[in-house]
Amino acid sequence: MHDAEQFKIPVGPQHPALKEPESFSLALKGEKILGVDIRLGYNHRGIEKACEQRSYIQAMYLVERVCGICSHSHSTCFIQAVEELAGLQVPERALYIRTLIGELERVHSHLLWLGVAGHEIGFDTLLMYTWRDREIVMDILALLTGNRVNYGINTIGGVRRDISAEQKEIILKGVKTLEERTKYYIEVATQETTIIKRLSGVGVLSRETAIRLDTVGPTARASGVDRDVRRDDPYAAYAKMDFKVITDNHNDVYGRTVVRVKELMEAYKIIRQCLRDMPDGPITVRAPRKIPAGEAISRYEAPRGEDVHFVKGNGTEKPERVKIRAPTLANLQAVKEMLKDRYLADMPIVIAAIDPCFSCTDRLVHIAEKKMKKIMSWEALRNYGIAWHKAHGVDFTPLNQLFRKKLERT
Amino acid sequence: MPNEEKIQQELSAKFNFLSGNIQIVRPRRISVSVAEYKNFRPVFEFAAKELNFIHLCMITGLDDGEVLSFIYHLAQDGGALLNIKVSIPKTDPKLNTVIDLFPGAEIYERELVDLLGVNVEGLPSGNRYPLTDDWPKDQFPLRKDWQPPKE
Repeated sequence: MHDAEQFKIPVGPQHPALKEPESFSLALKGEKILGVDIRLGYNHRGIEKACEQRSYIQAMYLVERVCGICSHSHSTCFIQAVEELAGLQVPERALYIRTLIGELERVHSHLLWLGVAGHEIGFDTLLMYTWRDREIVMDILALLTGNRVNYGINTIGGVRRDISAEQKEIILKGVKTLEERTKYYIEVATQETTIIKRLSGVGVLSRETAIRLDTVGPTARASGVDRDVRRDDPYAAYAKMDFKVITDNHNDVYGRTVVRVKELMEAYKIIRQCLRDMPDGPITVRAPRKIPAGEAISRYEAPRGEDVHFVKGNGTEKPERVKIRAPTLANLQAVKEMLKDRYLADMPIVIAAIDPCFSCTDRLVHIAEKKMKKIMSWEALRNYGIAWHKAHGVDFTPLNQLFRKKLERT
Repeated sequence: MPNEEKIQQELSAKFNFLSGNIQIVRPRRISVSVAEYKNFRPVFEFAAKELNFIHLCMITGLDDGEVLSFIYHLAQDGGALLNIKVSIPKTDPKLNTVIDLFPGAEIYERELVDLLGVNVEGLPSGNRYPLTDDWPKDQFPLRKDWQPPKE
């Protein structure tokens, strides 16, 4: 396996850093990485083929499950192509709701990433903070759609659930808290010396290489590539939104962090605009079961970058061909470039910095009743946790009191 | 003149054989169909180098019965998308690689090899994608006549 100069070590497919299967074979000389060989496909589920055997509406639910995190991205991207083929005029209100869910999804995805990034560099406090705050947006998504992920809000010709005035208030309240927290994270990311030192100059991808390798999303934008499908090829209600495309010229993991935290602020801006400008009216139009023959291609700016779906119809109720290109596939090529001549210890954060996609469906919220929710409040969940631990012989009460006293003193 | 019409004009002015085969589907969507594979490369290269289509979004492979068709989806920074379609006979499915122009295309071309049984010339040896190493060499799941094996 090795000669005197060079070691080859396999990392994965059961990956110790990322909770998803892919295999990296690293050629090392001492601590330096000479080259990387990537083997993908462990998660290939044949979804494109499966779509050909299902009706359009079934295929929509299937492509929503391409990814656990950007599920809304995939279903929206897919039905946009189908709607173009069918010549459907989707109601304005539905487009606004799609945009709203899309941005909430971006918020949860970026906060998740920030936590993962913190974890990979041994800054687990950041992981705990961001994932706690992420619960705010997860609860909003669960309230609006019934699910934390795989929202099922889309349908061909519109959306399935409307948004009420009370829900708007809850979203605004949540966004206000998140905005405060994000300001703090921007401060942490741009001023905390440990973060700056650990992430600067790591995983370098020059602007030229980023363009040459067709990278997308925050990975490209952190290398100064000014591309964003939301602005360049607007869909849903983005043409009416006022937002900035965040770019950065650091070309490294630090830049990717800055781009993502600043994109959070833009997402809040878009969410507020959606809620403010959302017109009244129907949320869906009737879609035919048989979709006319033709070809359509749709693009969507998912949290990880440009998502592309191609749909070919043949006049029946099943698609002739569905082709999907998820953003991570476009970005993985660049990882080889980023890792070359770098230290082995940088590998986890460099790979994590393109934010490869993994599923996070971890629990359910029941929405069987008309009242639509049976969500455990934060306080109730906390009390439940404390009671559970006490019942199992673990009592933190004295420790908590001690901690509180200490806090009061400082 | 809208950008789409300008692209259409430049393409038809440069390549006579394309006249009638360039279609503006909707704003920012242009479809070009190249009849013969030998003409594909010049059109593709012209779009990439002269018309500023510097981003290859993906390559779609289609089983169209007698032929295999391929659509190369190219994007400009302004948001315009150019879809160049070309077909080759199923009996001799041979493509030339485009990784000299778009190194990122490697993984998309490997997908064509595995799922549609295309022979991509110029593709360096490497791991297959996305099928497993022990997948039979003559089974191409995205071909229309392919059926999953019965248990």
